[in-house]
Order: sequence, then structure tokens, then C-alpha cells
Amino acid sequence: MARPRPEPVQVVKQRRDAALSALAHNVPFIQFLGIEFDRRGDELTAVLPFDDKLIGNPLLPAIHGGVTAAFLEVTAIIGLSWTMLWDEIESGAFDAAKLVEEGKMPRLPKTIGFTVDYLRSGLPRDAYARAVVNRSGRRYASVHVEAWQDNRDRAFAQATGHFLMPRRDG
Amino acid sequence: MKPEKTEMARRFTEAIPYAKALGMTFTAIGDGVAAMQMPFDERFIGDPQTGVIHGGAVSALLDTCSGAAVISHPSNPGATATIDLRIDYMRAATPGQALRARAECYHITRSVAFVRATATDDDDENPVATASGAFTMDGK
Repeated sequence: MARPRPEPVQVVKQRRDAALSALAHNVPFIQFLGIEFDRRGDELTAVLPFDDKLIGNPLLPAIHGGVTAAFLEVTAIIGLSWTMLWDEIESGAFDAAKLVEEGKMPRLPKTIGFTVDYLRSGLPRDAYARAVVNRSGRRYASVHVEAWQDNRDRAFAQATGHFLMPRRDG
Repeated sequence: MKPEKTEMARRFTEAIPYAKALGMTFTAIGDGVAAMQMPFDERFIGDPQTGVIHGGAVSALLDTCSGAAVISHPSNPGATATIDLRIDYMRAATPGQALRARAECYHITRSVAFVRATATDDDDENPVATASGAFTMDGK
């Protein structure tokens, strides 16, 4: 039996980017912080462009610890949702435009607990972060996140969080 | 609050652009304890379907309030930075209500200050979130 022809690359990319945009751009606080997501295949990198309002210590200057915590938490939540929805995005079952229009986007995971380690002070420049889902069950998930600035192997913060997964019945 | 404390507290938040951006203000500060509040703002929403504020905004309030508690401790370190902070989210904050935080610096060594903090909304019997963390101390 002949294998079905693969879909054109533009179709696949458009579907993945629409899903990612629907996830991230619907949340006011993600917009407030200016966080964007860079996608390579299924790998997401969160990008936090530097802005003066993000400063917590003007003398150094350094990014506020609350900004770092929020950046890591946003990265974890979007990364977890992305992993959770990936199969549906690939199959085409997840129609981002339709779900947004009907107000039926799946709920985001809820944070139960989140622990941030501050390894270095956050410099006044762009920051990047990636999340790894260590366990994802039906109800609970555990996610680790690392954030860095100029050098990928010199993280300035890391976090581990536990999340309550949204119910997906109906 | 005593006038000089009020002045110190005002200068503290004025000097922190992110605390200012989130509209945080002090309600009390001194002797290792700080209390702050943050108004509800639609820009801080984390769940567009319910209008509940994002956990990241709650952590910012708890982190700032904890840092202020450290600075206000009698063996004042001058400046401090967060080493680690753990936040537990007990329930969703009620949309439309301001958040209040209270932080207490309960133990201090030459290099580390330990802090506990709680965030509530109008229902102050049931915390929205609690935090515990370690902060740097400039040893003297």
C-alpha cells in the first residue's frame, strides 16, 4: 500500500504556528511581559526581550526576581500545554482559529507549586528559556525549566514546578 | 506606619521599576516584616476564560514583599537578592480584587535570610498563595 503523500511544509508550519500563537497570545500577562516563543519543530524556546520596566535592582542593574519567576512559569505552562496538545495539532484535530473564535481553547495547566533557584543576577538583556516535561500524567505534571542569557550553558535561573492538568472531557 | 518608614517604603518601590509597573505599594514595613498590596489589573490576567490573575504576578508581589522584609530587618543588610523562592498556589485569586502580601523574615545568619510570605485577596482567611525563600545578606 502506498504511503500517503506528506503534507506541504507550509501547511504543517502554518498549523503549528497558529496553535502556538493561540496558546501564547491569548494570555494578557504573557503580552504584558512581552514573552514570545521561537519554534523549531516541536522544540520551543521562550524569549523575553529586555525592557526597562523589568528591572528590580536599578543599581546593578538586574532583572526583577519576580520577572524571572514569571518568565520561567510561563515557559513551563506553555511548554506543558504544547506537549499535551502536540498529537492533536499534528493530526489536525486542534483547529486553533476555530477554537479561539468559539472561545473553546483548552484550559491551561494550573500551577500547584513552583520553586525558583536564582543562580546569577539577570542582566539587562534578552533572556531565553526552555522547559522539559519530566512527567505528564492525566492529573499531574512535573516540569523543569532553565533560563539563560548570553551563554546557553550558564543558566541564570532554573525552576521546577508541579501542575494540575486541565480536564479534557467532552 | 511611622513617617520615616513610609518614606523609606515609598522610595523602595519608586526605585524598583518592576514593582512600580505592577502598581505595588506598602501598607506596613519594619523589624523584618513587610506588607504590600497590588491592585487588580487586566494586563496581569493569566487565564483569559476566567480573568484570574497570572501566578507570575503573584510571585512578583511575594518576592518583592519578601525582599522588603529582609531589608527592614534590624540587622539590615542594605541590599538583598533572592537565592531561592518556593511558591504554593492554594486557590485562584478572585478577579477584580487587589492582592495583599505579608512577609516575615524569621531567621537570619551572616549570609542568608529566611523568609515566609502569604498572599490573600479580600477573603483573608483563605490564602491565595504562600511562599518561602532564602535571600542573600551582605555579611558584616
